[in-house]
Amino acid sequence: MVPIAYYLILAAILFSIGIAAFLIKRNVITIFMSIELMLNAVNLTFVAFSHMWHQVSGQIFVFFVMVVAAAEAAVGLAIIIALFRSRQTLNVDQVNLMRN
Amino acid sequence: MQIALFIIFGLLAVLAALNLLFQRHPINSALSLVVVMMSLAVLYWSLGAEFLAAAQVIVYAGAVMVLFVFVVMLLNAGEEERTHGSKVAYIAGIPGAAAIFCLLAFVFLKNKTALGTTQLGGYLSSATSNIRDLSHVLFTSLLLPFEVTSILILIAILGAVVLARKEL
Repeated sequence: MVPIAYYLILAAILFSIGIAAFLIKRNVITIFMSIELMLNAVNLTFVAFSHMWHQVSGQIFVFFVMVVAAAEAAVGLAIIIALFRSRQTLNVDQVNLMRN
Repeated sequence: MQIALFIIFGLLAVLAALNLLFQRHPINSALSLVVVMMSLAVLYWSLGAEFLAAAQVIVYAGAVMVLFVFVVMLLNAGEEERTHGSKVAYIAGIPGAAAIFCLLAFVFLKNKTALGTTQLGGYLSSATSNIRDLSHVLFTSLLLPFEVTSILILIAILGAVVLARKEL
């Protein structure tokens, strides 16, 4: 018997850590990983609410989020590889082609 | 019983997420993200989402994180340089993240009784797991979105191949 609120608070903690990692980290791969962390936190709230309302629609939503996240990871990592080929760096501070 | 499971794996998920934040080497961050995803799979299972727990292990902890580790090793990503980064991120971002967390926690704790508690195990019917209900919805009323996702994945594969080619 765990209150649903605890699951939601755990998801909020993970989401906030994801935001902090997204803002603090300078490596583009780690920034991408923190986006995945935020997606996982949102998935946890979907599953918790699905359990609360006794319906499968929340789990269907998580299924689609997973599919889109997998596609996004493939394309995003390909973009990172192309970026590394052209700039020879993974640091986001040095990727400033469009600044000024 | 279930509260013990929740506390163990919830703490594990939070500690691994903090480890992701504080580690400087990308491969350590990737491995702690695997720990987060495995703990979340256990939590999904404890919420009665057996299919999603399996899919979380296979798709996220298996496929996506292997892709991440592969790219980290392919690009030979070393330790992160200690740069100051953007000032706005530190001034507005970290308090903003803390404020979002405080707001969410306040709302959830205020409505704690209205949100109710969990029951262990499958909740839709005691005899079968929820995979049957899930697939019934997925293959009848949501058949078109399901097929569209396969096209999306096909486009993503083609995009990844085109982007990762030598001559762009």
